[in-house]
Amino acid sequence: MNSSVEITNGGGASPKALPSFSFGKSGFADKLFQKLTAFFAFLILFLALLTAYTLWKAAGPSIEKTGWSFLASGDWDPVQGLFGSTPFVYGTLVSSFLALLIAAPFGLGISLFLTELAPMKFRDPVAFLVEILAAIPSVVYGLWGMFVLAPIMRVHVDPLLEKLGLPFFKGPSTGLSILTAGVILSIMILPTITAISREVFEAVPNSYRESARALGATSWETIQLAVVKPSKVGVLGAIMLALGRALGETMAVTMVIGNNPQVSSNLLAAGHSMASVIANEFSEANSDLHISALAEIGFLLMVITLVLNVAAHLLVWATTTKFKK
Amino acid sequence: MDYQTRRLLVDRMMVFLCGAAAVIAMIPLISLLLYVLIQGIHRLDLTFFTHLPTPVGVEGGGMGNAILGTLTLMIVASVVGLPIGIMAGIYLSEFGKKNKFAWMVRFTSDVLSGVPSIVTGIVAYTLVVRPMHGFSAFAGGIALGFMMIPIVTRTTEELVKMVPHSIREASWALGVPQWQTILAIVIRTAKNGILTGVLLSIARIAGETAPLLFTAFNNQYWPKSLNEPTASLTVQVFTYAISPFKDWQDQAWTGALVLLMLVLTINLSAKLFFKNPRSLLR
Amino acid sequence: MKNFKKILIGAAVAATFAGVSLAHAGVSLNAAGATFPYPIYSKWFYEYNKAKGVQINYQSIGSGGGIQQLTNGTVDFGASDAPMSDEQVAKVKDGVMHFPTVAGAVVLAYNVPGVETGLKLTPSVLADICMGSVSKWNDPEIAEINEGVNLPDLNITFAHRSDGSGTTNIFTNYLTKVSVKWAGSVGFGTAVKWPVGVGGKGNEGVAGLITQIPGTIGYVELAYAIKNKLPYASMKNKTGKFVEPSIASTTAAVAGAKMPPDFRVMITNASGADAYPICGFTWLLINRSYSDAEKGTAIKDFLKWYLTEGEGMASDLYYAPLPASIVDKVEKKIEMIK
Repeated sequence: MNSSVEITNGGGASPKALPSFSFGKSGFADKLFQKLTAFFAFLILFLALLTAYTLWKAAGPSIEKTGWSFLASGDWDPVQGLFGSTPFVYGTLVSSFLALLIAAPFGLGISLFLTELAPMKFRDPVAFLVEILAAIPSVVYGLWGMFVLAPIMRVHVDPLLEKLGLPFFKGPSTGLSILTAGVILSIMILPTITAISREVFEAVPNSYRESARALGATSWETIQLAVVKPSKVGVLGAIMLALGRALGETMAVTMVIGNNPQVSSNLLAAGHSMASVIANEFSEANSDLHISALAEIGFLLMVITLVLNVAAHLLVWATTTKFKK
Repeated sequence: MDYQTRRLLVDRMMVFLCGAAAVIAMIPLISLLLYVLIQGIHRLDLTFFTHLPTPVGVEGGGMGNAILGTLTLMIVASVVGLPIGIMAGIYLSEFGKKNKFAWMVRFTSDVLSGVPSIVTGIVAYTLVVRPMHGFSAFAGGIALGFMMIPIVTRTTEELVKMVPHSIREASWALGVPQWQTILAIVIRTAKNGILTGVLLSIARIAGETAPLLFTAFNNQYWPKSLNEPTASLTVQVFTYAISPFKDWQDQAWTGALVLLMLVLTINLSAKLFFKNPRSLLR
Repeated sequence: MKNFKKILIGAAVAATFAGVSLAHAGVSLNAAGATFPYPIYSKWFYEYNKAKGVQINYQSIGSGGGIQQLTNGTVDFGASDAPMSDEQVAKVKDGVMHFPTVAGAVVLAYNVPGVETGLKLTPSVLADICMGSVSKWNDPEIAEINEGVNLPDLNITFAHRSDGSGTTNIFTNYLTKVSVKWAGSVGFGTAVKWPVGVGGKGNEGVAGLITQIPGTIGYVELAYAIKNKLPYASMKNKTGKFVEPSIASTTAAVAGAKMPPDFRVMITNASGADAYPICGFTWLLINRSYSDAEKGTAIKDFLKWYLTEGEGMASDLYYAPLPASIVDKVEKKIEMIK
């Protein structure tokens, strides 16, 4: 889309391409300005390093004391000074994957609807509504989750699931569970999946679609062959970015997950997550080791989301540039 | 049934499913908006905006200080985040086309936007609250400002890039130095777009709660200085929502309503400014 | 439109400054800690502000938090229903003194459809519920002690604290004293490894869980149960009598207490025919010396105020005020603050 604007080498031109008409003073001012903006750009790198370093240092005492067992231990006992991260990692991962499982089909369906299928007049309003979903603050989702979603889960949905007799759905349910957290997260990450998938789908050149149509494909077949298949990698990236968002979500999760640090295969049981334990316990930690352990969990969370985000961005970027060639 | 009919059937079904997906996705949205509106509207009156919270059982409490607190935090965050974000965005679009440094900055900025807000809160706690020996609006604003930077940088870059090259060329042809071209001409042209990015980032941080829990903390009184803990709409809604007191829970809904109106208004006015075809949802 | 934004910002800043100038230019103090006494403390700080103009900003984040904040120096004083241990006290730069304020009862509030009031519990049944070995309301162990009560076939959800809590300390201290199994497997403290249940943040969070989820039982301070119109159980005390939590039964538990000079004492499982067995004091954690003289004076004034005027407000909010003998001793301690 930008290509019509890019003429020579993009919107900006490096000073080297300019004819040297920089008279003494303004030449100096130009250099200064460039250095100044470069400095601010550098600050971003600095900020990233600062974040990582600060977390690492804050987590230090806990890392020293617990070492690798922090990752393997399920014991979270601040009073005894025992800290293990497994219940939180478990809760975060399970609720986020559940969210993906629910949101991915919807997100893809909606983005296909928006890019391929909907009549023009529906596209903007629907896209707009999806963006509103993205703008709603987490704490408002949490409020709705506590007072509306959780009771619905407890009274209507969970008993039905219990009837299936699977080990994942064992009663009794209070409505505050990993499942409920997964559901609310799915609503929150839906806009991310939709928006980025749209971007990816829109990057597919129309010639692909036209070729499929020329061969007599139906809308759905066109989508499968000419849109989704070539951009599979990008869609994967969209899903990974959404996963990243779900992993870090704090308020909505803490208000519906039940806040019980346990690892249980029962999705209807209360659980905990990395972000919620930090939210609940940080300002009230009873010892420096406790704060440090929480910082270690924060560090772990940051590492996981970072790795995921880096991989996801690379995938999305790879796909959209592939089509520019 | 023959192959052709099946193909058509599958096609119709999938198109229907995609449309259905859109409709089903609207259900939670509508439920949420309706609940917030209906539950929140009864406590929405002048006292809510002008009064301080009262102890449980005492009538007439409000969230005046929380609303002011949120506005204060937005200002502090902007002071911290906007200069860095805008300047960095300018660098990336004007001077950062082919060099590795710019690529690193861009990549880092994208990656930073994915850092969970609670983690940024921990960083602000360690860097500001601990040395200052106290919670403060200042710490909260810094945490929020850090979060604004990646968003503002990216949107500034994209929107400044969209300024047609011909404008720059015209300016150089008149002998205007590069730096003045950028400031006076390019930025002024991209002004609306940059403002959109700014507004969107402000809307995003206005809705943040997690990092404030242990930076700005909370306060029952009017904000007196940036050096003190401050109430904020988001933290107040959270505190009241998990309380067992009906009056507080009602106020939580009202607070959510005010928060939602604030955030949606800023978002909408941003969109009105500039109809950006590319979604700024990252 | 840019001007509009400038106007908006200008208005916000002006409002902030207006708020600043309107706000009283008195001393303001920051405090944090226990949720257990939050109802009475918030009343006290509100009344004190009306009377003397001093603003005390109290954040109810749990006793664990109060202790930590005081240790870090991020608040001017703390509040906790778990007395600080010697190691904890040693970590506080400016020293700590414990000032008891009121005594309260930790009650087992419940939400059982069909059981409006009158549930009775014994120490062993309570421990079994908290450990998960009794998981249904119509379990024979519960039915045995509650003859005539229509207990439904409903699962028991146990609500506990998810944060560091003095209320938890009092409750688990009691369970440790009365159940050998509990003492062996869980123990007591401001946060423990709960065998079962859902966690709520603060007394408020636990009470919230109980109100929202049928079949839930949880431990909260008496005032929270009453304010929320939650029924609460009578407990069998040390002498074998089923006692309802109330100001009277709390006062009876306090009466039996031997108050050490530093005022740190647990009064769970008190002896006394009418004593409710799950009670505890709650303390304000004050530094031994304050470098800011204004703050030090303000704190000392508040302490004097609560001992004289504040105690009278305690019973309205279902807390037992300190007996006169203890008030005298505490008053003398105020002078020790520098």
